Amino acid sequence: MSLVLKMHDFDLNIKNLSKIEGHATLKIKVRKDKVENVKLIVEENRRFFEEGIIGKNYQTIPQTVSRICGTCSVAHLTCASEAIERALKVDISRQTLVMRKLSLMGMNLRDHAMHLYFFVLPDILGKESVLDFNKEEHHFLREGFEMKAAGNLLTKLVGGRAIHPMFAQVGHFSKVPESSKIKETIEKLKKAREKCFDIMDIMESYESNFRRKTNYIAIADDNYTFLTGRIFDSKGWSVSEENVGNYLKEIVIPYSQGIGYELKNKEFLTGAIARMNINSNSLHQETRKDIRKYLRIFPTHDIYKNNLAQAIENLHCIDSSIEILESEEFKEEKKPDIKISESEGVGVVEAPRGLLYNRFKIDKNGRILKSKIVTPTAQNQIRMENDIRQLVEDNLDKSEEQIRILVEELIRSYDPCMTCASRFLKLKWI
Amino acid sequence: MKKLKIGIFAFTSDEGCIMQILESLNSTFEELKDYLDIRHFRLLIPKKEMQKMDVAFIEGAISTKKDLELLKKIRENSKKIVAIGSCAINGVPSNMRNSFDEKTKSKIKSFLEKFEHFDTVEPIEKYIEVDEKINGCPISEENFIICLKKYIDEFGVKNA
Repeated sequence: MSLVLKMHDFDLNIKNLSKIEGHATLKIKVRKDKVENVKLIVEENRRFFEEGIIGKNYQTIPQTVSRICGTCSVAHLTCASEAIERALKVDISRQTLVMRKLSLMGMNLRDHAMHLYFFVLPDILGKESVLDFNKEEHHFLREGFEMKAAGNLLTKLVGGRAIHPMFAQVGHFSKVPESSKIKETIEKLKKAREKCFDIMDIMESYESNFRRKTNYIAIADDNYTFLTGRIFDSKGWSVSEENVGNYLKEIVIPYSQGIGYELKNKEFLTGAIARMNINSNSLHQETRKDIRKYLRIFPTHDIYKNNLAQAIENLHCIDSSIEILESEEFKEEKKPDIKISESEGVGVVEAPRGLLYNRFKIDKNGRILKSKIVTPTAQNQIRMENDIRQLVEDNLDKSEEQIRILVEELIRSYDPCMTCASRFLKLKWI
Repeated sequence: MKKLKIGIFAFTSDEGCIMQILESLNSTFEELKDYLDIRHFRLLIPKKEMQKMDVAFIEGAISTKKDLELLKKIRENSKKIVAIGSCAINGVPSNMRNSFDEKTKSKIKSFLEKFEHFDTVEPIEKYIEVDEKINGCPISEENFIICLKKYIDEFGVKNA
């Protein structure tokens, strides 16, 4: 081994990162052992949804913004519906609320399963892709598909299909779940439940030495529903959904088609790890009973544990939806009356990757005057770049290839969604 | 054993059709895996040099020079091109900015220039020949599998 200390100069460029949702490129520049810059560049072409919905009738908005993101469309759809209902003071029924919770949990299950089995497991098993799994590993692929299928079926049961569910409307669902399909869905969920534990074990032992303390934010109440509650941070500070926008500050990222956010002028983190750090006490009691050993891990500052948090949420989504489906009697309901007025409303939901915020201003004819949409990946962008910078500086003694692997693993643990990150133009209205 | 060489690509879109493809495989992958050689699918496989394909499935509309260059390369390397979903086939809803008023257009102009966007967002058929289309926003899981199986037969994969 050489004792000569060498100063490191290198550029690390990863074009078109794979096994994340959407297109992104990473550029890191190291000069004399210092990381001069880290650029996580959103390559998704911006589609200007915030501008595109201006002047459109409120009824069309949820289905339109659903098209912001294929994988977490249910979150966008639900969040927009909530914002419009708050603006127009629409009272939604308890059943509609329950159905929204089910569709969000189905989406989480499907989306987390894709991330854990198809994006993260290849890193852990040292494979380029899930398609390279050998005979002994092939069962993981099957289980991933099975878990995804259970989530798909759950969202389909309530919304008609898993991506852009068409039964979900402002104020109500246009169709009630069929009882024969409820039975089938419960069976599928129960089967998927058995598969939750292996993947939790794997995600528990997948860890890094890398720690950077940060602030976490999540919606929290007694039920861990991804839908209802106040927004809390890890220090116990809390704010209502309506007012959280006052604390979020937009940061322009000049080299990227995406933007970043600060909360109370500081970086922060949102997503499954934040929800678990803040609200693990509210997980379903069946879930809590079966995962005591993992619960001790939270709160944690190891971002790799975002993967374990997602695996735990899958069990929680299964337990919660089985309980609802076994006890709820779904009936045809009268649509709520909607009176159009000049108004403004905020919606906030937990998407799989964290807090999603919508704010709309509606004119007296029911058309959108102003819109603001803040996605989870945009909120995590600054934190992610700062982490990458620190990780590279901590590991300069390693080869560039080793550093590349570490950085990719870190980014994948965040589970970023670039289609969500790219949609928005800077608007001075939050 | 002969396999159907496929690629799955997404341009300007929400990747909802790609998600439907992944969903359609939940129940069919075990049956189909031996017939498929998946050569490009960025969601699952790291980027590599463009390879020859029998069928390329393309989601999304074309909005930049970079999009267009890749699109042409896919056409050169694939015997069949299947446009999947509304963005690829009609441009909708990814082309919302085409119909913005002048005020909004001028607001986004500098952004578009900076990231080398074309003046308009267009369906892929404007630039290349398309062999088949699967409609929908998003496409349905069933229609994707029907199309995939058709090409498995057409390319003589099962009988090989």
